[in-house]
Amino acid sequence: MALYSEKVMDHFRNPRNVGVIEDADGVGEVGNAKCGDIMKMYLKIDNDIISDVKFETFGCGSAIASSSMATELIKGKPISEAMELTNKAVAEALDGLPDYKMHCSVLAEEAIKSALDDYHSKQGK
Amino acid sequence: MIYADNAATTKMSKAAIDTMFRLVNDTWGNASSLYSVGQTSKEVLEQAREDIANLIGAEPKEIIFTSGGSEADNQAILSAAKIGASKGKKHIISSAFEHHAVLHTLERLKEDGFEITLLDVHEDGIIREDELEDAIREDTCLVTIMYANNEIGTVQPISRLGEICKKHNVLFHTDAVQAIGHIPVNVNDDNVDMLSASAHKFHGPKGVGFLYVKKGIRVTNLINGGAQEKGRRAGTENVPGIAAMAVALKEAVESLSENYENVSKKRDCLIEGLSKIEHSALNGDAKKRLPGNVNFCFEGIEGESLLLLLDDKGIMASSGSACTSGSLDPSHVLLAIGRVHDVAHGSLRLTINEETTDEDVEYIIKAVDEVVTYLRSFSPIWRDLVAGKKQFIL
Repeated sequence: MALYSEKVMDHFRNPRNVGVIEDADGVGEVGNAKCGDIMKMYLKIDNDIISDVKFETFGCGSAIASSSMATELIKGKPISEAMELTNKAVAEALDGLPDYKMHCSVLAEEAIKSALDDYHSKQGK
Repeated sequence: MIYADNAATTKMSKAAIDTMFRLVNDTWGNASSLYSVGQTSKEVLEQAREDIANLIGAEPKEIIFTSGGSEADNQAILSAAKIGASKGKKHIISSAFEHHAVLHTLERLKEDGFEITLLDVHEDGIIREDELEDAIREDTCLVTIMYANNEIGTVQPISRLGEICKKHNVLFHTDAVQAIGHIPVNVNDDNVDMLSASAHKFHGPKGVGFLYVKKGIRVTNLINGGAQEKGRRAGTENVPGIAAMAVALKEAVESLSENYENVSKKRDCLIEGLSKIEHSALNGDAKKRLPGNVNFCFEGIEGESLLLLLDDKGIMASSGSACTSGSLDPSHVLLAIGRVHDVAHGSLRLTINEETTDEDVEYIIKAVDEVVTYLRSFSPIWRDLVAGKKQFIL
């Protein structure tokens, strides 16, 4: 059996929405280099809809795939839906992750929440 | 396909495979049986013991066949610990970057009241003789230091370390799993009392290894049962595997000088080529290392991604990466030589052999450069480093 599902490998080899949004409305960074995973999410939001999303990730194959899948799952969706994205949904969409890699999907969920928090705090100003 | 993970395991040599196949058929008898079919197995077994003993400067009765390096390490350490405990000596000296077969056995002894001193391996991955001498105490019963490190390939001054142990009358064991068949190993010249080896690291079969124990040292049996191996290791002997190990070791030792020169040249080319990748660093001393070992850290990327993308390019390599082992901690070896976590996660181990060609070396350098550049292109750490928000470590 391979280490990862076909879907994980597809998102790892061809990550979707890689890059930076210079004038992002919300930016979130989670994880730390010490643990070997850092995810950074950039959101563009128009009328409460996530019109664009990009990510940068330092991490293993499943961290890159989780970031990529998470961006796909929230792109074009209302903020309310993105807020409800769970790590389980990310892992399921990837046809599963090995147990010891589940924290990668948790990071993806947290990265999106962190970027949305950033957006909300900027809105509050 | 380029196989560059010979420290993990090697492909069996043709002669070893032929020997094993032939003997599965010819030596199916139990070597402990008295009738001729059994005695044929016994003869092959004892010939293998003699051949192996000759190749390392030992006597046949000083060789105990085991299931591999881990068992040999366990047996050597537990034997020395038992001898020590009987004299009230419960202090053992080792190093911070030993294989887990050694470190975990020492952890277990700690629970039994042993005190363990782990010597510093310094930035270059080499143990200092004076530091060993300073660490030896009245109650030291064993010094166990690996011959060559399995991740960064650094070769220890075993003969000198052994001399110090001799002077202080302390047993000296070396885990020579990565060294034997690749660099000259001789139990007399090296002043060792015990030495562990594993066949599959020198083109022999898996599941077979041996422990050398100098005569006069009382060995503790880990596997109880029959009187095989002079009562030092029970269980019906794996004669085809053991004979194939002897054949593989003979081949490896006979072509050692030629291979050493050829492989270390390619190693140096790899090191030179990979050093050109910016913000990278070789791990361990550049020269005092195994001929086939190259180990690098690349800042701003993580090792597992690097390995998976190299695999896509047909290169099979390894890393001390946390993610590949399922733990969050990076390699204990890289931490032991002082690499910080951030950098230790981005490691790559390439272990080449005599079959690696100059073209392979060129291809590996190009492929690693491409993959590192690609992974850095969307690494938030790299972005911060380049933007000056963080300081480069390498």
